Amino acid sequence: MADDAFTDISGKTISLDCQTHSSFCREFTVSSPKVSIGKVLVYTCSVWLVAYIVFFFTENTAVLSSAIIITLVGMMLHIHLVKVDHESLLVIGSLGIQVTSSYASGRETTTFIEKSKIKDIVINEAIYMHQIIYYLCVLLKDPSEPNAVSSVVPLFQSSKPRLNCLEKVYRSCQEILSKC
Amino acid sequence: MVLKIFFPQCCNRADSGLLVGRWIANNDSAVVLAVIHYPFISGQVKQYIQKMQAQSGVELSVLGSWSLPKEGQEGMESFLVDLSTIFPHERWLQISRQVGKTGFICNILLRDQNGGAAQQKVMKKRDEEDEKTDGKDGEEEKVIFVHYEQRKVMLSELHPVQNGVPDPKTDPPSELRQMFHTVAHSQPLFFIDRYDDGPLKTTHWQSEGREGSIIVELLKQASVPLCMLITWLLSMWTWICNIRIFSWYPLRLLGSKLSTCVQLNYRTEHMRTISSTKPAAGHSDFMRKANIVVSILVDVALGLLLISWLYRDNHITMLANTLVPAADHVAKELDELLQWLMGAPAGLKMNRALDQVLGRFFLYHIHLWISYIHLMSPFVEGILWYGGLSACLGLTFALSLLSDMVALLTLHIYCFYVYGARLYCLKIYGLSSLWRLFRGKKWNVLRQRVDSCSYDLDQLFIGTLLFTILLFLLPTTALYYLVFTLLRLLVVLLQGVLHLSVDFLNSFPLFAMALRICRSYRLAEGVKFRVLCEEPGTALHLMMEINPLKCSTVVQTYRTPTYSCYPKDSWAALVKKLFVGELIYPWRHKTTKTD
Repeated sequence: MADDAFTDISGKTISLDCQTHSSFCREFTVSSPKVSIGKVLVYTCSVWLVAYIVFFFTENTAVLSSAIIITLVGMMLHIHLVKVDHESLLVIGSLGIQVTSSYASGRETTTFIEKSKIKDIVINEAIYMHQIIYYLCVLLKDPSEPNAVSSVVPLFQSSKPRLNCLEKVYRSCQEILSKC
Repeated sequence: MVLKIFFPQCCNRADSGLLVGRWIANNDSAVVLAVIHYPFISGQVKQYIQKMQAQSGVELSVLGSWSLPKEGQEGMESFLVDLSTIFPHERWLQISRQVGKTGFICNILLRDQNGGAAQQKVMKKRDEEDEKTDGKDGEEEKVIFVHYEQRKVMLSELHPVQNGVPDPKTDPPSELRQMFHTVAHSQPLFFIDRYDDGPLKTTHWQSEGREGSIIVELLKQASVPLCMLITWLLSMWTWICNIRIFSWYPLRLLGSKLSTCVQLNYRTEHMRTISSTKPAAGHSDFMRKANIVVSILVDVALGLLLISWLYRDNHITMLANTLVPAADHVAKELDELLQWLMGAPAGLKMNRALDQVLGRFFLYHIHLWISYIHLMSPFVEGILWYGGLSACLGLTFALSLLSDMVALLTLHIYCFYVYGARLYCLKIYGLSSLWRLFRGKKWNVLRQRVDSCSYDLDQLFIGTLLFTILLFLLPTTALYYLVFTLLRLLVVLLQGVLHLSVDFLNSFPLFAMALRICRSYRLAEGVKFRVLCEEPGTALHLMMEINPLKCSTVVQTYRTPTYSCYPKDSWAALVKKLFVGELIYPWRHKTTKTD
């Protein structure tokens, strides 16, 4: 069990948690940075300020109630669909890899990739706007052509950890994948 | 190598006995299907397994032994060890569990070449003791126990669904698919429950008592006479449709254009699909039939709802009384529009003569149309009354009838649009050809390109004259074309909305959606694993749960194909067609004959 403080590509603090269930089964959890209270306050205040200004000119109370409803619904949708709380990678030797994203409202989406479809796990480079970032990804095999890569599944897309964190995860995964 | 054992949750507390199941994936994984309890006779067990193998088509075998020692059963351990010599095996699994502990312990016995059994210790311990025994064995074999819920895996269907038998050489089925296939096809194994007086006692998901549903059984019994009734009705209907008079060309053309007839044909095809008495061959077939049945039932229910609203409180009379004045109002508006165009519309100056000709031509058409409407007005209520009855066949029929009525009532707008478009189109082609002549060029039909050409003087003279005439008449024609195209697009929009809703009602897979919401384990996109709490000294235990299909994938996979094809033209092509004056048909029906 190791709990270290790393940063993501924008400099916010994230944390990596490695759990070893057995010699060929490991789970890595990367938690994303939390939503800052300041941002929430700024957003809510700006929406209500605009609503008050519009109310001042139109004298219609429906504007105020609709602003409240919009803010509430927007926040609920954001925590249910957009805000990722933590992402985890479960590597089970000779079974496969399971990728889970947990959202702030508790919803979890899981994908399991079988061992027979996995070619390798690698750290890849990408050009993202003005910077070059590293990301960990799973290479999938084409069933008809065993040497070709049919698709790439990027991991930890919401938390975007930096290279030091990725290296740790990569080394552990390769240990397991090479054994089985 | 890691050995994976798929163990059903229902057998976690089963009494000691033999494990029955199947080896898959080159003997790297074992799927345990049931436990046969002591006391048993080995000959009877072998017979039973062979019978099950013949019935289900799955290669069953005895995988090993299971022991959960209770008080008074101390001798069981040694008895179970000796069993490995009775049943033929490549590997023999000895799975045991202590009461009060959650972990399992597994020993694997390999068959030696000499016929004796060599033992390999497989206990997963984390303490130092293991280090001493490790050195003795050659390769240590690790074990993963994957727990699954037998009933859910048996009923579930792994997507993407593979219809037919896949070629094992080019595309070997994955381990998970093989496991799902094994459990789904081993249904005969789950028929013996504990109330049976047979020689064998087994534990599996149905061993507490066979499950069944009275409603499902009654429906199965009722479906055969119902199918025969539907088949008979369909044969009568097909006989009526094939009467000679209906194959007369104009009627056939009309039938293919009216959306009510197309919808009727479509539903007849559906009834033909569901009326066959053969049971569904495979998952896709079953889902398609179920979706069609539910769609027809919902359609009829909505139609009856519409009827109950329509025939109450004189709604029909109200509708009929507003229809004729509405048509009158539309005609009056068109009249005013034409008068406006004949004057100086938006300050533009029109060519008086052409303006008057076109305006009077269209005004006469409107006059004819109004007289026709007034002629029909006493019959409108009757037509609406009988037309509303068609909703008892389904809401889609009522909507198609409405769409057809809109098309018939706005026939004059369609005619105006066609006249205006043809005139405009001719003008544009004439203009472009004469423009080429003006510059001394010609369109080469053979080479499909513009070539230079030397014209005679009189050709040039007449060409230039005609060009000037057409050019100055262009604004008038263009304005009429614009106005009538806009009107036509409005009508097309209305018809399009009706067609889209009919299409939605026809194609939406309600049964699949309901299955996804209520019994989400039946449509599986994949699986998910959860690590169960581990005790030191036992193997790794995982819980395998079914990951249900996403709702968007459900709709995409199980959509019933319909007869309408969406507009083939992109927006750019549509605007280009409008500019040049080509007639546009944005909602085309797929014809099955011209394939």
